Amino acid sequence: MYPAAFDYAKPATVAEAVSLLSANPDAKILNGGHSLLPAMKLRLAQPAMLVDIGGISELKQVSVNGGATIGAAATYDDLLKHDGLKAHTALYEAMSKVGDVQVRNRGTVGGSAAHADPAADIPAALIALGAELVAVGPNGTRTIAADDFFVDILTTALEPDEVLTEIRIPASGASSAYEKFAHPASGYAVCGVAVALERDGEGTVTNARIAVTGSVYKATRCSAAEAAITGTKATAADIEAAAAVAADGLELAGDHYASAEYRGHLTKVLTKRALTRAAG
Amino acid sequence: MAHKVSMTVNGVTRESEVEPRTLLVHHIREGLGLTGTHIGCDTSQCGACTIIMNGKAVKSCTVLAVQADGADIMTIEGLAKDGQLHPIQEGFWEEHGLQCGFCTPGMIMSAYDLLQRNASPSEAEIRHAIDGNLCRCTGYQHIVKSIQWAANKMASAPAGDD
Amino acid sequence: MAVTKLFGASIKRREDPRLMTGRANFTDDVRLPGMTSMAVLRSPHAHAKIVSIDTSAAKAMPGVVAVYTGADLIDDLAPVPCAWLVPNANLVIPEYRAVATDRVRFVGDAVAVVVAEDRYLAQDAADKIEVEYDVLPAVVDQEAATQDGAPQLYDNVPNNIAFHWELGGGDIDAAFADADVTISKRIVNQRLIPNPMETRGAVAAYNPGSGELTLWVTTQNPHVHRLLIALTTSTPESQVRIIAGDVGGGFGCKIPTYAGEMIACAIAKRLGRPVRWQEDRRENFVTTTHGRDHITQLEVAAKNDGTVTGIRVKTYASMGAHLSTAGPGVPTWLYALMLPGPYTIKNFHADVYGVLTNNTATDAYRGAGRPEATYLLERAMDLVARELKMDPVAVRSKNLVPAGEFPYTSAAGLLYDSGNYQGALAKALEVIDYAGFRAEQAKAREEGRLLGIGFSTYVEVCGLAPSAAAGAMGFQGGLWESAIVRFHPTGKVTVFTGTNSHGQGHKTTFAQVVADELGVPFEDVDIVHGDTQMVPMGMGTYGSRSLAVGGAAIVSASRMVVEKARTIAAHLMEVGVDDVTFDSGTFYVTGAPDKVKTIQEVALASYLAWNMPEGVTPGLEATYFYDPSNNVYPFGTHVCVVEVDKDTGQVAFKRYVAIDDVGYVVNPMIVDGQVHGGITQGLAQAVYESAVYDEAGQLLTGSLMDYAIPKAAMLPWFEVDRTETPSPTNVMGIKGAGETGTIASTPAVANAILDALAPYGVDHIDMPLTPQKIWRLIHEQKG
Ligand SMILES: Cc1cc2nc3c(=O)[nH]c(=O)nc-3n(C[C@H](O)[C@H](O)[C@H](O)COP(=O)(O)OP(=O)(O)OC[C@H]3O[C@@H](n4cnc5c(N)ncnc54)[C@H](O)[C@@H]3O)c2cc1C
Ligand code: FES
Ligand code: FES
Repeated sequence: MYPAAFDYAKPATVAEAVSLLSANPDAKILNGGHSLLPAMKLRLAQPAMLVDIGGISELKQVSVNGGATIGAAATYDDLLKHDGLKAHTALYEAMSKVGDVQVRNRGTVGGSAAHADPAADIPAALIALGAELVAVGPNGTRTIAADDFFVDILTTALEPDEVLTEIRIPASGASSAYEKFAHPASGYAVCGVAVALERDGEGTVTNARIAVTGSVYKATRCSAAEAAITGTKATAADIEAAAAVAADGLELAGDHYASAEYRGHLTKVLTKRALTRAAG
Repeated sequence: MAHKVSMTVNGVTRESEVEPRTLLVHHIREGLGLTGTHIGCDTSQCGACTIIMNGKAVKSCTVLAVQADGADIMTIEGLAKDGQLHPIQEGFWEEHGLQCGFCTPGMIMSAYDLLQRNASPSEAEIRHAIDGNLCRCTGYQHIVKSIQWAANKMASAPAGDD
Repeated sequence: MAVTKLFGASIKRREDPRLMTGRANFTDDVRLPGMTSMAVLRSPHAHAKIVSIDTSAAKAMPGVVAVYTGADLIDDLAPVPCAWLVPNANLVIPEYRAVATDRVRFVGDAVAVVVAEDRYLAQDAADKIEVEYDVLPAVVDQEAATQDGAPQLYDNVPNNIAFHWELGGGDIDAAFADADVTISKRIVNQRLIPNPMETRGAVAAYNPGSGELTLWVTTQNPHVHRLLIALTTSTPESQVRIIAGDVGGGFGCKIPTYAGEMIACAIAKRLGRPVRWQEDRRENFVTTTHGRDHITQLEVAAKNDGTVTGIRVKTYASMGAHLSTAGPGVPTWLYALMLPGPYTIKNFHADVYGVLTNNTATDAYRGAGRPEATYLLERAMDLVARELKMDPVAVRSKNLVPAGEFPYTSAAGLLYDSGNYQGALAKALEVIDYAGFRAEQAKAREEGRLLGIGFSTYVEVCGLAPSAAAGAMGFQGGLWESAIVRFHPTGKVTVFTGTNSHGQGHKTTFAQVVADELGVPFEDVDIVHGDTQMVPMGMGTYGSRSLAVGGAAIVSASRMVVEKARTIAAHLMEVGVDDVTFDSGTFYVTGAPDKVKTIQEVALASYLAWNMPEGVTPGLEATYFYDPSNNVYPFGTHVCVVEVDKDTGQVAFKRYVAIDDVGYVVNPMIVDGQVHGGITQGLAQAVYESAVYDEAGQLLTGSLMDYAIPKAAMLPWFEVDRTETPSPTNVMGIKGAGETGTIASTPAVANAILDALAPYGVDHIDMPLTPQKIWRLIHEQKG
């Protein structure tokens, strides 16, 4: 409950933030603080410096125009007030299922992505929606596909001196959904499945993206299920068949509350439920 | 290294020097002497520390005092005005929404956030809205009734906003 | 007793405005000049030898006032005491030091203490203490701990058995020999962590001039703390003052006297500066006592008609790494005495091993022993029903003590004061529409849906008494309660009670009772508790005793006050005492209605003392110590309806009906609140909560991220109602309501889930019945 001491800086621009990070290798960005501060309170994290990006107004911008561009410091609560984001249902549902009201009032989609907690909801939604993440570092700006962004437990493709500035959701016309089995204590995902389906005029699935979180060490695509549903009309039987292979090829995590086997099973159940809603 | 912060707390501007690591809840309780905001956990789970910051319920144990520089803050001490209980407080009193009272300040702050957004929440909406506040005494049923009571009262007497 | 104005009224609680406006005074709210903050360095190992401790770097940190190790404090503190010396059990109390000296025996055992100018600095310094450990093998399974070759916690406790105790009634062997059917099941009652929302804390202040030691502490029983702090810190009891301010929940875990407050006291005495300590939640998880944790072999003997003739248990109870204040009493007396339950079971036998293990000590947790017994018994009723293909309600009905047989002596020798068990059951069946439910269930099963109903017809014992029984059970204290009722010259009344509210609303309920007794306005009655300097003696609040024992003491003291006032009134009105009637606060002369004196007038006259009757002393107050002749026995029926999701194993609560009989009720709203909270904790044991340790003795559920105390959306709406059978034990006819919900609900919920799973042929799963366990079972039956 008592973080170790650190220095604090509150830059006004992204460029300033980047130079602070470059100059202080043990510095960390402070965004909504709802992953970082809990770790610091337990002294599990002891950064030498916090670079608070809460004063950089451009990082809070959100624009929706078919696709969506979400500033990395926009809170869940701000985003949930954007009706336009409801079209990106998997993300909208994932955000509405994050933690509790107080967490959503402070926590950010950008922070969740950058933190890459294996039980977080947001990464699965970003992968399913084919999001792109924009990072600014000393060498300029680069764009990273969500598929490549989540590298391992609490590890992303970001460099220590890069700032995640925005998240772009493409305008794909996909119909999507997010299903979650929450841990009764933490509220995080024991298993979460996000699906996005693109279909042609006949109702045939032309592109399917299915991503799982919670059951796995990092948010991961369920490629077997994607392959199984693609090219079908997503009937109940098609969905059943796709769900049955949803856990195939996944490296499943397990603990005393939910074993790997059980999480694998939940992956199938939630895939079925999410596909059913997305197809419905 | 101490940082100067200034925040409006229950309508009064308070200026202080804080270490960057000082949690807002510690600043409120130790620095400002407002002990109505409680600490019930160290993992940001219990909601006992909930306050209203810039109009929204936040867990003050998961905000640094330096992050609250310039913020408008309401703690439980600031809810009743001129000795008049707020309808939410009245509701908790009428419907026995508290036993030991430890969770109560935070619970009331979350109810405040809810009723700002949704003037007539259903039972399920209320239960969902207090997801971030643990109560070990009441089993929540009387808390749900307290919030319903407050919603009714506020609907029938739409006076000042807070 | 006549039901008067306030008895029975749902008066709003007078403690609420303070608590709701941020003006409460919890221990951590206390601020004293010169106050220091204490942090405790705790063992990360469940079992280890301390090889060395280096505090030099910590001592050199800025803001550090002092750093102490166990060796530094050895002369300041006696070992942490155990106060329930269960007789005839070969009880050994191993020595447990507030700060370990040579060996640690659980994760969280104190190793060193830092006192600093603020809590952050104390933590910084604690992080700089270097401890070298020689890690030893640990044992957390209490059954395994008794086996030869298991790691030994103490040299003087062979096989880690702190006590071995037996209790029986009737002829258990004959019951099994004559049984038509017998059932044998291994049943685990898992370890729970009480988690009051306020963790434990203490502020200790020592005045070197007067020698007074004042301790603000979160306790359910300040006077017990006064005694044990006096004894362990070598301070005269008369110089120790305990103040319990507001207490943020207790549920049993704030009964014991702990190392934490002892250390704060010892250091305050050394430094002459106040010491403040408040547990972090993660400290609370490992240092505040846990509850339950039994492994039991249950055996049941029954006849073909459903009559249960015998219950036999062999129980391994984990006591944790040392014996807590009341620890040994919980899995012995408080458990075994209730094994016959509300049934006419004639024969029972309990064989209990109290075992030391490398984890947190256990002690009372809401219900303390009685939930463990009730769970076994109510599971037993369902198991018998399954075995005999009878309806579980029919089996219960068959065995319940009939209404006409009270007072009833149970097979354990308890005298059940009053009851109408069938009445509560009948009411519950009606509310739930039992026949209708079974029809719905049959239909649901055809559709492949899993609906289930579970019952718990319970009786519990509370308001424990008399003190002589405490003596016989080895409890090192009395079971009386004290009350002082004092009129002030202005007619206001102060009542001092030795019970101590930690959420129960004593200041409201007790004032209702006193206002009725004295005929004074409710507003004029002030209730004082929680400060040993104001309340001379007391035993505290636990075991649902506050109103049944403490309240009854207050009634008796009130009546003594009225009698004294009557004498004075008669004198003032110049009539004989026998001619004076007291009604609603006024003394009347029989037959002369114009001659009246209000009790307030008499109070003033008693303090002016200008004109007192011969031999009557001035003043108007009375002290009464009440030692009840018997316990009280609340009872009732709880019914739970659930639906299990076949795909995930998740349980949805459909309905929860509780019909309780707690005797007469002073404040129904407050009693409803107690019942809701109680049900929640019991239900949580059935499906959510469990302290899980790994083999090395690490608590895997050591935070609120892992240990699932229920949130609002995880609970059903409770449909609560009552029957009212007064207790003849006390003047008010009341029983107790603090623990009924917890005792009753656990088996009702477990039985409901197992009923839902009946199509799979499963008759028992150990708690908590998590989705994973349920799914696995469904999955295995299918596959
Ligand atoms: C009680 C509680 C319950 C929760 N429940 C859930 C849940 O159910 N599901 C869920 O998904 N999450 C949950 N969370 C986590 C929550 O969503 C966090 O808000 C989120 O994971 C992190 O976002 P943040 O803005 O708070 O980031 P911070 O905590 O500020 O930062 C997290 C990490 O990311 C880095 N970082 C942040 N922003 C950037 C950036 N722009 N560029 C580079 N690095 C950056 C930081 O340096 C830090 O290492 C919960 C949190 C709490 C406290
Ligand atoms: S203290 Fe528990 S959430 Fe803040
Ligand atoms: S009233 Fe005690 S924790 Fe809520």
